[in-house]
Amino acid sequence: MTPAQTSERGASGRRALSARTVFAGPGLLYITVFMTLPLLLILTYTFFTRGRFGGVVWDFTLDNYGRAFEPVYLKVFGTSMLIAGITTVLALLLGYPTAYAITRLSPKWRTVALVLVVLPFWTNFLIRTYAWIILLNSEGPLNRALLDLGIIGAPLGLLYTPGAVIVGLLYAYLPLVVLPVYASIERVDRQLLEAARNLGAGRARTFLDVTLPLTLPGVMIGAIFVFVPSMGNFVVPELLGGGKTVMVGNLIRDQFLEARDWPFGSVIALFVVGLLVALFALQAAIARRINGKKVARV
Amino acid sequence: MTSLLTIDHVSKDFDTTRALDDVSLEIRPNEFFALLGPSGCGKTTLLRAIAGFEDPDDGRISITDADGQETDLLALPPDKRPVNLMFQSYALFPHMNVRKNIAYGLEREGLSKQEINSRVDEVLETVGLVDKAKARPAQLSGGQRQRVALARAIVKRPRLLLLDEPLSALDRKVRAEMQMELKRLQHEVGITFVVVTHDQEEAMSMADRIAVMHDGRVQQVADPVTLYSRPANVFVADFIGSGTLLPGDVGATGFTALGRTLPGSNPSSVSGPAVLVLRPESVRVDGDDGVLDGTVVETHFYGGSSITAVRVDGVDGPVVSRDRGAPRHEVGQSVHLSWSADDAVILEAGSGADGP
Repeated sequence: MTPAQTSERGASGRRALSARTVFAGPGLLYITVFMTLPLLLILTYTFFTRGRFGGVVWDFTLDNYGRAFEPVYLKVFGTSMLIAGITTVLALLLGYPTAYAITRLSPKWRTVALVLVVLPFWTNFLIRTYAWIILLNSEGPLNRALLDLGIIGAPLGLLYTPGAVIVGLLYAYLPLVVLPVYASIERVDRQLLEAARNLGAGRARTFLDVTLPLTLPGVMIGAIFVFVPSMGNFVVPELLGGGKTVMVGNLIRDQFLEARDWPFGSVIALFVVGLLVALFALQAAIARRINGKKVARV
Repeated sequence: MTSLLTIDHVSKDFDTTRALDDVSLEIRPNEFFALLGPSGCGKTTLLRAIAGFEDPDDGRISITDADGQETDLLALPPDKRPVNLMFQSYALFPHMNVRKNIAYGLEREGLSKQEINSRVDEVLETVGLVDKAKARPAQLSGGQRQRVALARAIVKRPRLLLLDEPLSALDRKVRAEMQMELKRLQHEVGITFVVVTHDQEEAMSMADRIAVMHDGRVQQVADPVTLYSRPANVFVADFIGSGTLLPGDVGATGFTALGRTLPGSNPSSVSGPAVLVLRPESVRVDGDDGVLDGTVVETHFYGGSSITAVRVDGVDGPVVSRDRGAPRHEVGQSVHLSWSADDAVILEAGSGADGP
């Protein structure tokens, strides 16, 4: 290679680098300033003492972590996990068949169906949650209909129950299951399904042996998308749970805004972030295993 | 001989195109049969109809077992048909290792673990992949994947094995090897093979009989030699092998073109507008005597043989002659071309062309 060529290569390499900076730079800067730095700040707060009116006093302590394991907080964690877990399971049971059905539509109707799935996002989340209060309250259309049909004799106390919280969370996050599951079913090579049929597997068997395992990474993404924000959500437990159901999201908010205990609020927030990271790591490991990319060479 | 697979007047439309147009074929037990044609000719649709992934609009497909019992394939779902298909993409299950992939079909039959293991071991031996049994498809080369796909299909011991472009994903060198191996394997396991391919060399070198398809119709069914030397129509003559198609007319004196009567055989008694098929190895180039005159435009020497391209006034493209040894003529030289009537077939002009 002549020196001229070398320098030309060097110049184009630098150009590629600067082009990358231009394209990725603004996004990276945004994430650094508004995501990474606040996270580091939260991490820092956890090691110091609470200030009387919020903020922190810079006295190093590990007590904040110890407090998180007190029974009263463990119970909140337990309740949150249970409610978020039930919501996730229900979302998968409803979302998977929906996503599967959408992949079997003609391309035109597929687009229509996907738009319908995301349509609720175009309305304000608070308003949608308030709508459930109207639907579920003792004078609401649901109770009225059941009364009129003679199925029940007196209005049911549907609102302000853990069940109402689950319904609200499910309603909020169901599209977040449908979309990744849809994408993963769509990606399954149809020839694999035909191969299974050809080898003697019926429809159900083909689904269990081929479609389901190959879409598991998408299912896990969907599950994370429901589980984590469900745990962190404080609007739904408050509006539909009537403040009787305390979840991690409420706890964090209360620590910052009511108790003014930023360090302890930070500890709990960090737990939720840690849970998220752990779940994503698990998802990635399972996805690698299923595709056979990172199995020990034989 | 009774046939194994009977395809009887099968038709299939996709929207406005006719993918299969009244296709009838008889495939015999233990033969290596090829469906050959350009892309879009309907060969893959036919294969998928046999496997159960396309429903023909019309016609019957049936398979006859060793006792002469005939089974209507179209009445069975894909998983109940005694037919296995090797997919063009191989369609190996990415989440299962080689052994699990191969065992899958046997597990569906509900065989005992012991029998499954011994049959999988046996077929791994046959395709030479014993040491790859625990590997995932993503860790294998193209040739190895192809052999896993083949093993997965033959381990079921089907009466009929369908292969969709089995070698198209392989590079040239591996392909030649696999051609030999497929042929060897077919003899060894005694299964009837139906292979779909667009590669005429592949079909010619492997198949006992070939059906040439075009526009959803079967143009000719014959052994490779007949297909080459006695094509049934102009499409087949053009698609199979190389050579010159000389347009002319058949009259009282025989085939005439360029104002001369030229030698040719007329097995199907064509009259009127016709085409004479000149294969390179049939055409002799001579300095002194012949039936057509021309000028040498190109010569190529390939070691064992050579090619001489001769331009003849009034003919599109050169007439090519292939001969043993070095070229004996020089570019620019005036020469005469000749051939024996037996080696040149006369076909009806436009026969086998696009359907109505």
